[in-house]
Amino acid sequence: MFEKTARSLDDHTHTAPFGIAALRYIFPDHWSFLLGEIALYAFIVLLGTGTYLALFFDPSTAPTVYHGSYAPLQGAHMSQAYRSALNISLQVKAGLLMRQTHHWAADVFIAAIALHLMRVVFTGAFRRPRQLTYYVGLSILMLALLEGYIGYSMVDDLLSGMGLAIGYGVALSIPVIGANFAALIWGGPFPGTPEFWSRMYIAHVFILPAILATLIGIHLFLVASLHHTQFRGGRATEKRLVGVPAFPGQAPRSLGLMFAVFAALFLLGGLVQINPIWLWGPYHVADGTNGAQPDWYLGWLIGALRLMPGFDITIAGRTVIPNPFWGGVLFPTIVFGSLALWPTVERILSGDRKPHNLLDRPRDAPWRTAFATALLTWVFVIFLAGSADRAYVILGWSYETQIEVYRVLVFVAPVVAFWLAHRICVELLANDRIAERRHQAEAEARAAEHG
Amino acid sequence: MRRLGRWIVAVAVWLFARRGEGRDRRGDRERIVPAGPPAPRAELVVAALLLLAALSAAAFIAVYAIDRIPDQTQFLGLSLGLAFAFIAAALIVTGRNLVVTEELDGEYADPQPDEAEKLVQIVEESGSRLSRRRLLGGSAAVAGGALGLALLVPAVSLGPVFDLEPFTRTPWHRGRRLVGDDGRPIAAAAIHQLEFATAFPEHADPEQLGAPVVVIRLAPSALHLPPDRRGWAPEGILAFSKICTHAGCAIALYRAPLFQPVEKPPALVCPCHYSTFDPATGGTVVFGPAGRPLPQLPLEIDADGNLRAAGNFSGPVGPSWWGVRDRKAT
Repeated sequence: MFEKTARSLDDHTHTAPFGIAALRYIFPDHWSFLLGEIALYAFIVLLGTGTYLALFFDPSTAPTVYHGSYAPLQGAHMSQAYRSALNISLQVKAGLLMRQTHHWAADVFIAAIALHLMRVVFTGAFRRPRQLTYYVGLSILMLALLEGYIGYSMVDDLLSGMGLAIGYGVALSIPVIGANFAALIWGGPFPGTPEFWSRMYIAHVFILPAILATLIGIHLFLVASLHHTQFRGGRATEKRLVGVPAFPGQAPRSLGLMFAVFAALFLLGGLVQINPIWLWGPYHVADGTNGAQPDWYLGWLIGALRLMPGFDITIAGRTVIPNPFWGGVLFPTIVFGSLALWPTVERILSGDRKPHNLLDRPRDAPWRTAFATALLTWVFVIFLAGSADRAYVILGWSYETQIEVYRVLVFVAPVVAFWLAHRICVELLANDRIAERRHQAEAEARAAEHG
Repeated sequence: MRRLGRWIVAVAVWLFARRGEGRDRRGDRERIVPAGPPAPRAELVVAALLLLAALSAAAFIAVYAIDRIPDQTQFLGLSLGLAFAFIAAALIVTGRNLVVTEELDGEYADPQPDEAEKLVQIVEESGSRLSRRRLLGGSAAVAGGALGLALLVPAVSLGPVFDLEPFTRTPWHRGRRLVGDDGRPIAAAAIHQLEFATAFPEHADPEQLGAPVVVIRLAPSALHLPPDRRGWAPEGILAFSKICTHAGCAIALYRAPLFQPVEKPPALVCPCHYSTFDPATGGTVVFGPAGRPLPQLPLEIDADGNLRAAGNFSGPVGPSWWGVRDRKAT
């Protein structure tokens, strides 16, 4: 059977050599290389569940009155968008499973990308010849954040609306063009024209997924054409690649991981509630709720917005830079900007322009590890600051005091982390050298004994 | 009967579960994939896992079909998740025990400067007939730029990009009554201290940033409004835009002291980023990220004892933008 198919395929396409190359493509063997794969499999789940949801969702702001099965919202005024999302959750069979799985998959997708990025940064995998792969990956992460944000904003529940209001405030805060830009996106002042919903919908279900899929394709093509990096040790060298072929060795593992990701996401989607939109109620401009939190991947941004002391920059009484700019525009620009610039900076600082196929251990490059640890610490402290209101509710810590503490930590923690990471790397390297010398001495001693 | 059952099982086992001869029909040829020992028990485990996956998938269909099952979402997720999990397990056992995990050597490809050089050569030689390269290149750049711009221009239709007047417009004007979300006028006597009411302009669209206001009552002696706002708070009743000047969320929290001597003074708080405004001083920022006071709406009490606006807000409503302070609410 298979023999026939393979022969006929080659007859028609003359591609047997490609087939062999694909089957025998070598995968270096390390668990940390699987993080990117997890993201890919979560993306597949997102496409599948998202398509299902799109068959039921109605992205319209047309006002309607709820008369569905959920008693607490009987008679509530809401948009068609929110009502159709409620129906998906409460009336469509398997609808809630698909919606929750979609939501979980988005959270896992971005978490896997973030961890994958850390792996790449801490091991120096971004170095030549793989800078392009790295930039494409960073773009995927940025677009994924936007895609996730638009996704939960379209639903038009109370949290969606609050999130959109914040997005609008951040857009307005862009110097000079903020209001004009917001007028373009929203079609006018918040909450915008009904067309704004059409725009979010086409962006979420077509434009951004198409761009993401294209970038993922380019990313994988680059990974395959340059081959994976590998850790030092064994027979691996800068020239020689050592690993398991795609078929038969790697295929069952990767497919196993894919099905494991599917399993985890559907189990989460079925068993662990996420974003119960019927509890939030519909959004109205005049409504807000306490304890509003975004999905985890926007926690760093809400933390930054909350942490800023209250001031707009004004020149002679003229507002120049409104406050949300700092947390909502400048902060993510600095984070992604420094991630994008780091490969160049490192190349200039270290003078190392050679291509690298062997990865560093974090300790092998103390400055890089220190930089990455400091950046991570900075973002994480700000992320924590975004949860200070939960800490207030759960632990009773004064919100104001927490914010004051975070305002200091945000400067101190990265410096301490930088110093500590550098110190640890240097000590570990020294330790390695001592161990090496001892091995050498022992070997010499043994040789002398026998000699 | 029982014997018949045993026979059927025996035949099924013989048909499906017996061990084959192996697939080495071409033993004379040199192998590409190295050989390994058979692992019949692992095969049975894989088969069992696949059957369990099938069973779980069937359970999913059953749960879907049975209408009045409690916790349907949970069982749907459980059955589908388990189906995937069993397949994952089957693949992992396959990977560990049923296929060889070879370690192969490969070579990293080098960059190929010769080929790149050839590429450049092809392009260069293709253009060897051109004598006015700069003129052509410049013209092409101008044409491309102009056409690109032309194709971008229709994006202006997306919104009133050069008209910022709608950003300062509010439905409030002198004499407009404050109504609740039921559309009924709000009597001054209905506003009590320590309480917090949301009001809208009568006969106006409530779904615009300029519409909703919060209405509270403070003791007139506690007020420290700016001098130009004298008379804006009849009986100590104050109205502020309900939209935070930081990022546009609704000011949904009112911190009202139940025991004044030790608790903090009253404040309006936004639940998004906890910008905190002092109503007694006219909405100034006392904590949090907002950079501009909350716009205050001047009030008056009409002959029927109902609240009316005595003008428009003290400043533009909602989040700030470039030059917002130069503008007035209109």
